[in-house]
Amino acid sequence: MSQATVAKTGKSKPPSPWKPAKPNKKLNNPNAVLSLNGRWGYLFTAPFFVMFLIFGLAPIIYSVYIAFFNWDALGTQEFIGLANFTELVADDRFWNALVNTLDIWLLSTIPMMIMSIGLAAVLHNPNLRGSTFWRTILLVPNITSVLAIAIVFGQLFGRDFGMINIIIGALGFEHVDFIQGTTSSHIAIASMIVWRWTGYNALIFLAAMLAIPGELYESASLDGANKWKQFIYVTLPSLRNTITFVLIVGTIGGLQVFAEPLILGGSYNGGDSGQFSTLTLFLFDQAFVAYKWGYAAAVGIMITFIVAVVSIINFFITRRLAGDGK
Amino acid sequence: MSTASVKEQTVPRPPKNKTPKWQRMSFMGYLSLVLVTFLSVFPFYWMFIVASNGTDEISKIPPTLIPGPRFFTVISHVYEALPQFNQALLNTVYVGTVVAVAQVFFSAIAGFAFAKLNFRGQRYMVLFVILTMMLPSQLGIIPLFMLVGWAGWIDTLLALIVPALVTAFGVFWMRQVIDAQVPNELLESASIDGAGVFRAYWSIVLPIIAQSSFVLGLFSFLATWNDFLWPLLVLNTPENFTAQVAVNQLKSSYAIDYALNMGGAFLSTAPLLVLFIFVGRRLVRGVMDGAVKG
Repeated sequence: MSQATVAKTGKSKPPSPWKPAKPNKKLNNPNAVLSLNGRWGYLFTAPFFVMFLIFGLAPIIYSVYIAFFNWDALGTQEFIGLANFTELVADDRFWNALVNTLDIWLLSTIPMMIMSIGLAAVLHNPNLRGSTFWRTILLVPNITSVLAIAIVFGQLFGRDFGMINIIIGALGFEHVDFIQGTTSSHIAIASMIVWRWTGYNALIFLAAMLAIPGELYESASLDGANKWKQFIYVTLPSLRNTITFVLIVGTIGGLQVFAEPLILGGSYNGGDSGQFSTLTLFLFDQAFVAYKWGYAAAVGIMITFIVAVVSIINFFITRRLAGDGK
Repeated sequence: MSTASVKEQTVPRPPKNKTPKWQRMSFMGYLSLVLVTFLSVFPFYWMFIVASNGTDEISKIPPTLIPGPRFFTVISHVYEALPQFNQALLNTVYVGTVVAVAQVFFSAIAGFAFAKLNFRGQRYMVLFVILTMMLPSQLGIIPLFMLVGWAGWIDTLLALIVPALVTAFGVFWMRQVIDAQVPNELLESASIDGAGVFRAYWSIVLPIIAQSSFVLGLFSFLATWNDFLWPLLVLNTPENFTAQVAVNQLKSSYAIDYALNMGGAFLSTAPLLVLFIFVGRRLVRGVMDGAVKG
C-alpha cells in the first residue's frame, strides 16, 4: 500500500482533507478520468446525499430550529427567541460541564499525543522484530465497547478494592476515592480515553512516518544528526498534517465525551455533585431526563460552536508549532 | 534499506555496528512495547478474572490474579438476570452486518464518483462531506429521535439500521482509498475499450478495492456492535436489545455485582476478540491506509 502511495506522488499529490482540489476553471475534479461520463456521478452519490439529508442534516437543522422554542416532549411548542441561550449562559451546570469537558480533554489529549507519537517512533525502527504483532496489539483496546471497558475501569478505580487503590495503598498512601473527587474522576475518565485511542493514533502516526522519504534520514545522519535530532528536525515537521488531523479528530470526539462518565456514574448527572458531568451528558440529561428539548438543542448548538472554536485554535497552533515556514 | 546507508559511511566500523546508530532497536524500545502490550490486554484478562472468581474473591486485599472456578456459575447468573442475552447477541450481529454491508456499498459508489468522475459541483460536494464529518454527531439526536418515533420505529431494530446506512466518514474514506489504489490509466483504457461507468466500476474498481471495502465493513460492524447510547434510547423490550443494552441492563438491575457485570461484558466482548484474531492484521492495515500522511 505504501508503495502505491509513493508511486502516486510522482504524478499528483494525494488529496488533502483541508482544502478542496486546486481551483481549476475547466475541471471540477482535476484527478478525474475524463473518458468516463461524469454525469453518472450524480446517481452514484445520490443515495448518500438523500439518506444523509434525511437522517443526518435535517435533524441537525431542525435542532437549530427548536433551540428557539420552549419545546418539551409533552407537546409544548412556544417560540421564545434567544431565551434558551441566555438561560444557558447563566446556567452553572453548563459552565461546570464545560470546565469538566475541557479538563478531561486536556488530561487525555496531551498524554495520548506524546505516547502515540513515541510509540510510532519505536515501531518505525526498521530493525524492530515482530512488528506485525506489536502493531496488531496496539489496536486491541480500540475494538471493545466503551461500556465493557468502563465497567472494568470502574472496578479498577474502586475506592476499597480497586487494583489501583490497592497499589496506592501498598506504596503507603491513602486510598483515593476516584469517583467522588473532581480531578481524580477526570483522571479515571481520561485514562479510559487514553487506553482506547493511544494505539490507534500510534498506527496513524506510524503510517505517516513510513511515508517520509528515507533519504531525509540518511542525509540528516550524514550531517551528524543523532537519533533525537533526527526525530525533532525530520520526523516531527513531516508529521505536521497528521498531527493536525489527529488533534482535530480527537477534539471533535473528546469534546463530546459522554459514554465513559455516563457508565462510571450510572446516571446522566455525571456524579453526585456533577463533578464529572460533561457537555454532551448535560445535553442528554436535559433531553431525556428533564425532557426540555428546546433547551437541550441549545446545548447542542453551543457544543458545536465550542468544537469549532477549539478545532480552529488547534489548527493554527499545530501549524505554527510544527513550523509552517511562513 | 540499511545496506544503502552503510555504503555511505566512510569511517570503518566493527561489524556489530553495521546498522546506523539511529536504526538500532534499543532495550527501552522493546520494554515500552511489552508494557503497552500488558496494559492493552490486562483489562480483558481482568474481566475474565472477576467473572470467574465472583465479587467476594475480588473484594479482598490482595485480590486474586488467577482465573477461578466460578465462570459458568456467573454466566448462568447473567442468563438468569436476562434470559434474552443470546437474542441480544444475535440482534447485534444482524444489525451490524446489515449496516456494514450498506455502508460499504453506498460509500464505495459515492467514493468512486468523488475520486474518478468529473461533474459540476463535485468540489463543493466533497467539501460538504468533509464539513459534515466535523459536526458533532449528537447535535441532531433529538429531532432524529422524533423522526424515528414518527416513522414508528421505536423499539425496533429498524431504528438502529436505517439512520446508520450511510456515513460521511465512509464516503470520505472510500474516496481516499480509490484515489490512491485505482490508477486512472486502467479506467481510461477500459473506457477506450467501450466500457461505461458501471462496467468500469464493476470490473475494475471493485476488485481493486475489495480488501479495503472489507476493512471499512469491519469498522462499521465494530462501531455498530459497540454503539451504546442510541440503542439505549430507542429500544425498550429485552427481545429487541443489542448486546450493549443487555450488558447495561445487568448494571442497572444489580447495582454493584461486579462479577455479573463483567460476566456480561465478557460475553459481549468475547465474539469481538475472536473476530479480531482473524481480522486484526487487516484492521491495522486499514487504519494505516486511511491515515493522512505528510
